[in-house]
Order: sequence, then C-alpha cells, then structure tokens
Amino acid sequence: MANIVQFENVGLRYGTGAETLSDVSFTLSAGSFYFVTGASGAGKTSLLKLLYLAQRPTRGIVRLFGEDAGALPRNRLPGFRRRIGVVFQDFRLVPHLSAFDNIALPLRVAGMPESEIEGPVREMLAWVNLKDRGNAKPPTLSGGEQQRIAIARAVINRPEVLVADEPTGNVDPDMAERLLHLFDSLNRLGTTVVVATHDFQLINRIPDARMMRIERGRLSDPTGALRHPPGSPQGQAPA
Amino acid sequence: MSWLTSDNPEHRLLDESRSTRSMLWIMAIMLFLTTLAAALGLSMASASAALDRQLAGRLTIQLVEADAARRDAAARTIVQRVKALGQVSRVAEVDRTRLAELLQPWLGDAGLDAELPMPAMIDVDLTSGDPAAVAAVTRAAQAVAPAARVDRHAQWLSPVAVFLTTITLFAAALVLLMALATTAVVLLAARAGLDMHRDTIAVLHMLGSTDRQVARLFQRRIALDTFLGGALGTAVALGIVWLLGRQAGTLGSELLSGVALDRSDWSMLGAIPLIFALMAMISARAGVLRALGQTL
Ligand SMILES: Nc1ncnc2c1ncn2[C@@H]1O[C@H](COP(=O)(O)OP(=O)(O)OP(=O)(O)O)[C@@H](O)[C@H]1O
Ligand SMILES: [Mg+2]
Repeated sequence: MANIVQFENVGLRYGTGAETLSDVSFTLSAGSFYFVTGASGAGKTSLLKLLYLAQRPTRGIVRLFGEDAGALPRNRLPGFRRRIGVVFQDFRLVPHLSAFDNIALPLRVAGMPESEIEGPVREMLAWVNLKDRGNAKPPTLSGGEQQRIAIARAVINRPEVLVADEPTGNVDPDMAERLLHLFDSLNRLGTTVVVATHDFQLINRIPDARMMRIERGRLSDPTGALRHPPGSPQGQAPA
Repeated sequence: MSWLTSDNPEHRLLDESRSTRSMLWIMAIMLFLTTLAAALGLSMASASAALDRQLAGRLTIQLVEADAARRDAAARTIVQRVKALGQVSRVAEVDRTRLAELLQPWLGDAGLDAELPMPAMIDVDLTSGDPAAVAAVTRAAQAVAPAARVDRHAQWLSPVAVFLTTITLFAAALVLLMALATTAVVLLAARAGLDMHRDTIAVLHMLGSTDRQVARLFQRRIALDTFLGGALGTAVALGIVWLLGRQAGTLGSELLSGVALDRSDWSMLGAIPLIFALMAMISARAGVLRALGQTL
C-alpha cells in the first residue's frame, strides 16, 4: 500500500521552549486505521497538528501525499487541507452558524453549488443522530452533540485522510461505539483514519488497526514500528 | 445585485451581528467632505475654463492720437487690415458714444466733447489665444500707427486665473488626501475585522479556504459600507452644492456664472461613492491578503 504520510526525524518546538515532539519517525499507509495514544500532555494533539497542516515541523520532514509538507508554499495549503478531514479536540465549530451550516462548511469552501449541499448535510445529520438539531447553534448543543457535529463536518467531504483528536471524549459508550463504527465504514471506503485517544476499549474494537504510543514527545518505539492493539488476535506482535 | 441580498450562505460566515455600523458613518462623513472638495475643484476648473474661453482670444487695440481725423482714419485702416488676418473672428471699433458713457463717471459731460483727445479702442476677437495671431495683429496695428498698443484681456485677468488654478489644485489635493484617509480607514477596518473574526477564519483555513475566499468575505462588507455610507454623504454634499449654486446664480455675477457645474461634473460627483467603494474593496482585499500571508 502507498505511504500517505511519512514522518522523518520530526521535531516540534513551540516558541523557544523545549521540544514538544522529538525524533518522531513513522509511516502511515493509505487506507489503514491508526490510533495515537499517550498520556495527557504527551504530544498527541501536536503530532496531529503536523499531520493536518496546522503546524510546520521545526526540524525533520513531514511528507503528505508524497510531498514535503514543510516546504509547501502557502497557496498550495488549501488544496492539501481539503483532502484531510479534522475533528479538533476542542471541536472548533463556528458558534454563530447553525449545526447545518457548520457541517456544510467544507462543501461550501470547496465551492459546491447550494443545490448539492442540502442532501449530504441532512444525511450526515441523520448519521450522527442529530436529524432534528440542524438549526441549533453550537452553544445550545451539549458537548457530545457538538462533538458529533464536528465529526460530521470532518467526514462530509469524504477526505482521503481523517484525523480525529479524542473524538469520543464527550459521548457515552454507546455513541462512542457508533462513531467508531462510522470511522470504520469510512475506512473501508478507503479513507485513512488517524484517531488520538486514551480509550483502550475503543482501540480494541478495531482489530486491524495499528497504534503508536507517545511518551513525553517521543514514540515509545523509536523505530516507528506500529503495533496492533493489545486485544487484537495479532496481540503484541509488531505489524 | 445578488450581492446585496443576504440569503447567500457565504454572507453569513462572518458573524456580522458583532460588527458595528461605525464604518458606514465614517464613510458618510469622509465622502461628504470629499464630494464638497471635488465640487469646489470642478467648479473652479470650469470657471477657469470659462474665463479662458472668454478672454484668451480677446484683444483691445488702443490708439492714442491727438488729431481726431487722423485717429479715426488710422482706426478704420487698422480695422480693415486686422479683418484680413487669419484667426480673427471679429473686429470692431468701440462705439465712441459708448466709450464716452463708460468714461462719464470720471470725466463728466466733458467726455462727450468730440474735441477731447480720446483714444480709439478696437476690440478684436481671435479664434484662439495663439501668440502668433496676437503678434500678427500687433504688427498690423503698429504698421499703421506705431504708437498703437495691443492689450490682451487674459493678461489683465491673469491674477484671477492663477487664483482659480490654485483653488483647483488645492481641491484636487484635498480629494487625494481624503482618498488616502479613506484607504487608511478601510485598512484599519479590515485589520479589526480579521481580529474580530480570527477564530472563524482559523476554522475556514483549516477546512481549506483560500486567502482569496476569506478576503472576499471582508471586501464585500467593506465595499458595501463604503458605498452606502458614501452615497449618503455624497447626496447631502450634492444638495448643499446645488443650493450654493442656485444662490450664486441669483447674484448675476459674470465670473460666478462660470462656476456652475455642468452635467458631466454632476455625474462625476455622483460617481464618487462608486469609485470609493471600488477603491475600498481593492484596499480591503490587499490588506486582508497581506495580513493572512503572514500566518500559516
Ligand atoms: N500552542 C502551544 N504553545 C506552547 N505549548 C504548547 C502548545 N500546544 C501544546 N503545547 C504543549 O505541548 C505539550 C503537548 O501538548 P499536546 O496538546 O500535544 O498534548 P496531548 O497529548 O494532546 O494532551 P491531551 O491528551 O491532554 O490532549 C504540552 O506540554 C503542551 O503544554
Ligand atoms: Mg490533545
């Protein structure tokens, strides 16, 4: 399978402090399902930010879709970002837009005609069980409801890569499973999925998935070899 | 005019309930002043053009000769010779009785005395202010009477012309200054808008919006504010200019009649809000693109 993401000795430093990420090297192949785990503050979100082009590495190379993302000129970033769906840890919904309009954003940004937007958005609202909340503004929704809107927005454009930062942090176990099932279906359709989570229950639900663990800014296996979830039939063996 | 209606979802992207209408009022004031300055400039320009038209080609030949008979003969000869020259549209000796009437306040009834040695005056209208034609007239007159003097009216009024030109330039400078100030206000407003909507813009960027898409959200709003506020300011200014023009008209002054704005002047003044809106749009766009270019 083609490598869709490649990190080579990546380091990330915010401002002038110590490195938040150091010597991170790994490769993700297209169409696979990955988990990123690690303690709070270990650097999961930072790693994902590099992946969805919200940060450039301070050293090393991040290769995305075969190109050096750190060297991309500004005018090519939007094209890359449209191929990546992101569920932000803090959702980042636009507060004055309705749930419907938030989910429709990626389609509108991509210039899709209004007539072709209504159908897919309604379908996504139904998928995340919020069919009747389309007109609600995010501040009037519960945390879990906002999270589901954020997920719907991330996947509506059928991204090649879906990056989800703790996407089940605010929902009950049933909904978590349901959302994971949504990710799994997308993955089966060809989307590469990267999910950051602490929830091993969840990780064990996707037996084919690989996981990487971050400890204080470094991969716990510095060779970048990715493991199957501990509960999967492949057990602890390197993939 | 679909961009005026707000059912376009793009127009809802920025939370406009948070932005104030102060931009509209600032633009109204700016364009009120700009229109007044432009009206001043245009009316002075047209007054000075009218003055040029009236005076540029107008000469008076003055013939001082003690002997009335010789004076009249010379005057007649000069009239004939000048008439024969090119670029001359009219030659006429100033009627003596009229001249006497003009002089009466100074000379009393003595002015009417035919024996009084009064100079002969010949008015010459040239088709243009061409110095060569003026020189030809001078030569023709002095060939007949070496003492003949040729006066150009433009010369007498040149301080007035200089004054009119100065005001015109001053008004043009004012308009330019107002345009610069408007651009500065627009850039400030664009910056403030970027700050106010920073979170939304960050999300839009993350979803793959281009800088141009983001700039479009701002340039539309700012152009609209400039146009609506500007239209108001310009309308009030034009009303004032019209009232002043009517008042000037009743004064019956020949100089002031040249001040009147013609149809093309009015339409140029009316176009000011549009021109400024366009300018605002372009500078807002440039400002936003520049500011965004400095982020990731
Ligand atoms: N914008 C930033 N500026 C400075 N430091 C930052 C910034 N973002 C993150 N950090 C620091 O980098 C480290 C890693 O943060 P990160 O958000 O990647 O952790 P995380 O693994 O996602 O944690 P959590 O599980 O709590 O979400 C933390 O120590 C954090 O304080
Ligand atoms: Mg995090």
